[in-house]
Amino acid sequence: MTAPSPSGSAPRARPLSPHLQVWRWTITMAASILHRATGIALSVGLLALTWWLAAAAMGQPHYDTFLDAVRSDIGQWMLFGWLLAMYLHIATGLRHLVMDAGGWLTIKESDRAITLLTLAALAATAATWAYLKGWM
Amino acid sequence: MSLKWEAGPFKNPLARARGLGNGHDALHHWIAQRISSIALIPLTLWAIWSVVSLSTMTYEGFQAWIGQLPNAVLLGLFVLSSFHHAALGLQVVIEDYIHCQFSRVASMVALRLGVFALAAVAIFSILKLAL
Repeated sequence: MTAPSPSGSAPRARPLSPHLQVWRWTITMAASILHRATGIALSVGLLALTWWLAAAAMGQPHYDTFLDAVRSDIGQWMLFGWLLAMYLHIATGLRHLVMDAGGWLTIKESDRAITLLTLAALAATAATWAYLKGWM
Repeated sequence: MSLKWEAGPFKNPLARARGLGNGHDALHHWIAQRISSIALIPLTLWAIWSVVSLSTMTYEGFQAWIGQLPNAVLLGLFVLSSFHHAALGLQVVIEDYIHCQFSRVASMVALRLGVFALAAVAIFSILKLAL
């Protein structure tokens, strides 16, 4: 049950909290946005995962169609993007788990942790991609 | 009907006055998101390693790979935890950005139905290939 507004008409507009365009960018804010952006991207990636498994279950012709798509230029970019998003989401997600446990709550600690975790994610992506491509 | 938490200390006076407030599901959501994330750390690393090793495999090779019980089970766990975690995460995105009550409920329903449908396709595909 909603309480009637003072004027008796539609509820008056409430003040909104400031959004992105108001704030100066900080590392912690960028990490938070990156976590959400990679999470959304990975959710889209689940469509590809489902396609892969369904194609395999439907038989070789479908599986070959999927492989052709993955091995195309766009497919390779998407696979690279999936790896990058996955490593970044794990890195920023680890930070959230540590913060939930009470760690990395000062700005200095948080900035340093984000920098190191992001570099680790980029290095892991580069290493995985190089291995996948047979460069090493 | 008056509910016992209406008088409790966890609801602020404005929310009580308007009859708005939480759905008492937030703690479960929060814990489920964390537990699925902990499960997904090793499962994801395994999935990445599998994708790398499968990338050069033929269809017969893939069938043999998924025919091994540990691979099928881990893949099933990866699929279930991924879809669960994605549903929980996307729900928060919808809650944050969609303010129109109708669109919000419609998106939530579409999200749940979509996730269940995709997860079912993925799991049944694994079972068909593995058994």
